Amino acid sequence: MTKKITLRKLKEFIIEKLILLCGLASIFFVMLIFIFLLKEGLALFKTVKVSNFLLGKSWYPISEPPELGILPLILGSLLVTFGAAIISVPIGVACAVYIAEIAPGKVKEVLKAGIELLAAIPSVVLGFIGMVTLVPWVKKVFNLPTGLTALSGSIMLAFMAMPTIVSIAEDALYSVPRSYKEGAFALGATHWQTIWRLLLPAASSGILAAVMLGIGRVIGETMAVMMITGNSAVIPQTFLAPVRTLTATIAAEMGETVVGSEHYFALFAIGIVLFIISFVINVTADLFLHRKPK
Amino acid sequence: MDKFKIEQLNIWFGKIHALRDINLSIYNNEILSIIGPANSGKTTFLRMLNRLNELEPYFRMSGRVLIDGREIQTIDLEVLRRKVGIIFALPLPLPLSIYDNVAYGPRMHGIRQKSRLDEIVERSLKQAYIWEEVKDRLFSSAFKLSGGQQQRLCIARTLATDPEVILFDEPCSGLDPISTAKVEETMLNLKKNYTIVLVTNNVKQAARVGDRTAFFLSGELIELDTTDKIFTAPKDKRTDGYIRGKFG
Ligand SMILES: Nc1ncnc2c1ncn2[C@@H]1O[C@H](COP(=O)(O)OP(=O)(O)OP(=O)(O)O)[C@@H](O)[C@H]1O
Ligand SMILES: [Mg+2]
Repeated sequence: MTKKITLRKLKEFIIEKLILLCGLASIFFVMLIFIFLLKEGLALFKTVKVSNFLLGKSWYPISEPPELGILPLILGSLLVTFGAAIISVPIGVACAVYIAEIAPGKVKEVLKAGIELLAAIPSVVLGFIGMVTLVPWVKKVFNLPTGLTALSGSIMLAFMAMPTIVSIAEDALYSVPRSYKEGAFALGATHWQTIWRLLLPAASSGILAAVMLGIGRVIGETMAVMMITGNSAVIPQTFLAPVRTLTATIAAEMGETVVGSEHYFALFAIGIVLFIISFVINVTADLFLHRKPK
Repeated sequence: MDKFKIEQLNIWFGKIHALRDINLSIYNNEILSIIGPANSGKTTFLRMLNRLNELEPYFRMSGRVLIDGREIQTIDLEVLRRKVGIIFALPLPLPLSIYDNVAYGPRMHGIRQKSRLDEIVERSLKQAYIWEEVKDRLFSSAFKLSGGQQQRLCIARTLATDPEVILFDEPCSGLDPISTAKVEETMLNLKKNYTIVLVTNNVKQAARVGDRTAFFLSGELIELDTTDKIFTAPKDKRTDGYIRGKFG
C-alpha cells in the first residue's frame, strides 16, 4: 500500500519536473532570441543617434554614407494598420454580434466556418490574390498611376485581422451571463436595445482585447504588405500613396545586407521597435481581457 | 374580470412535456401561490405568462393564454413584458449602479428627462422598501448590496416599468429569514395595486402570503383553491401528502 503511494508520488514528481523543464526551456529560448535581438540592434546606436534613427525622414541604407531614418517606415506601418483597423473593427464586431446573437443556427454554422477558413488562408496567398484583384481595382477606381498603395494594404490586412476580431469578440459576447440578457428582456427591452445597451457594454473589455489582438496581427504581418503596398520608403501623404512598412523593410533587405554593417544593425533595431510595438499591444489586450469587473 | 385566463395550456421543450392541459384563472389583485416539487413545471408556467419561454430553442406550446381577455401572442412583446414583470430566484442586478438598475426599464421605454427618472427611481425604491437603505449611495454598484437588498432592488427595477402583474419565481430561496420577511412584507403591500403570482418551494411561505394556492405535480395542475382550504382540507391525497411532507 505505502509502496504504491510512494511510487505514485515519484511519478508525479517526475512529471512535474518535466513540465517545469519544458516551461523553462521555452522561456530560455525566448530570452536567447531577445538578447540576440538587443545585442545586434543596440549596436547601431554606437554610431547613430537614437533620435536620428527614430525621427530621421529618409531611409537610404545603401547610399554612402547610409541614411538610416525610419520615420517613413513607422508612419507607413501605422497608416496601413490604422486603415486596416478602421475597416476591420466595425465589420468584425458587427459580424460577431450577428453570429452570437442574431443568426439562426444554420447561418451561424456557415458563417463560423467561413471565418475559420479566412483565418486559414496563408498570408502569401492572400497577398497574391490581393495583387491580382485588389491592386488593379484600386488603380482603376481612384485613377492612380499604381494600385500598390497603403489603401490596398489596409484592405488586405483588414481581411487578416477580421477572423481574430470576430472569434474573440464572439467569445466575449457569449461569456456575458445569460441572466443579464433575460433580465433585460424581462424589463421589456427589445433585442436591439439589449444588444446595444447591455451586451456590448458588458462584453466591452473582451471586445477591446479582440480589437487589440487583431491590430497586433496586422502590425506584425509581412508578406502580404510587402507584395501590395508598393514599398516606397517616403513619408506617406495619403492612403493612395505607396508606403513601406517596418516588417516589409526587414524582410526585403535582410538578405542583401552585409553582416556587421550599419545597415544590418539598423534592421535589427527596426526589429526592436516592432517588438516594442507588439509588446505594448499585447499587454494592453491582456489588461482588457483580465480586467476585473468593477 | 380575471387578469389571466389559461385554457388547455400544454408546453413542450423538445421531447419533454413540461405542462399538461392547464386550465386556470388568475384574479385581479390577488396573490396566487404556486407550490409543487422540483420539475413540476412551476417556473415554466410562470415564464409562459410573459413569454420568456420563447427564448428557449425547442419550445412548443398549444392552448391559449389571455390577459385582460386578450391573447398574449397578439400583444407587442415589449408591451406585454412591461405589463407582466418577473423577479427571478437569484437576484440579478445588471452590472450598473443602483440608480441605473432601476432607471434601466424606463430609459429603455424612452423616458430621458432627469427629473422624471429621479421621481420614478425614488418611488420604485420606496415601494420595494429599500429606499431608506440605499438613498445615500444610489450611484454605487448594485453588486455591493446584500442578497436580500439586491432582491428588493430587482423588485424596484420591475416596479419602475409600471407593471400590472408581478411574477415571483422563488424570490426568497437564497435569502435569510429576515430578508425573506422583508420581501414577503413587500409582496403583501404590493397586492393593493398589482396582481401577484408567487412560485415558491417554501410551503409555509405560500400559507403566509397567498390568497389562493395551486399545487402542481409533474406538469399537471392537481388542485387550486383558497390557501385556507388547501392547507386545512385539501381534496386531493397528493396535495395533502406534499404539504404534510413539507411540514414534517
Ligand atoms: N429550457 C428548457 N429546456 C428543456 N427543458 C426544460 C427547460 N425548462 C424546463 N424544462 C423542463 O421542464 C420541466 C419543468 O421544469 P420547471 O423549471 O418548470 O420546474 P419547476 O417546477 O420550476 O422546478 P424547480 O422547483 O426545480 O424550479 C422539467 O422537466 C425541466 O427539465
Ligand atoms: Mg423553478
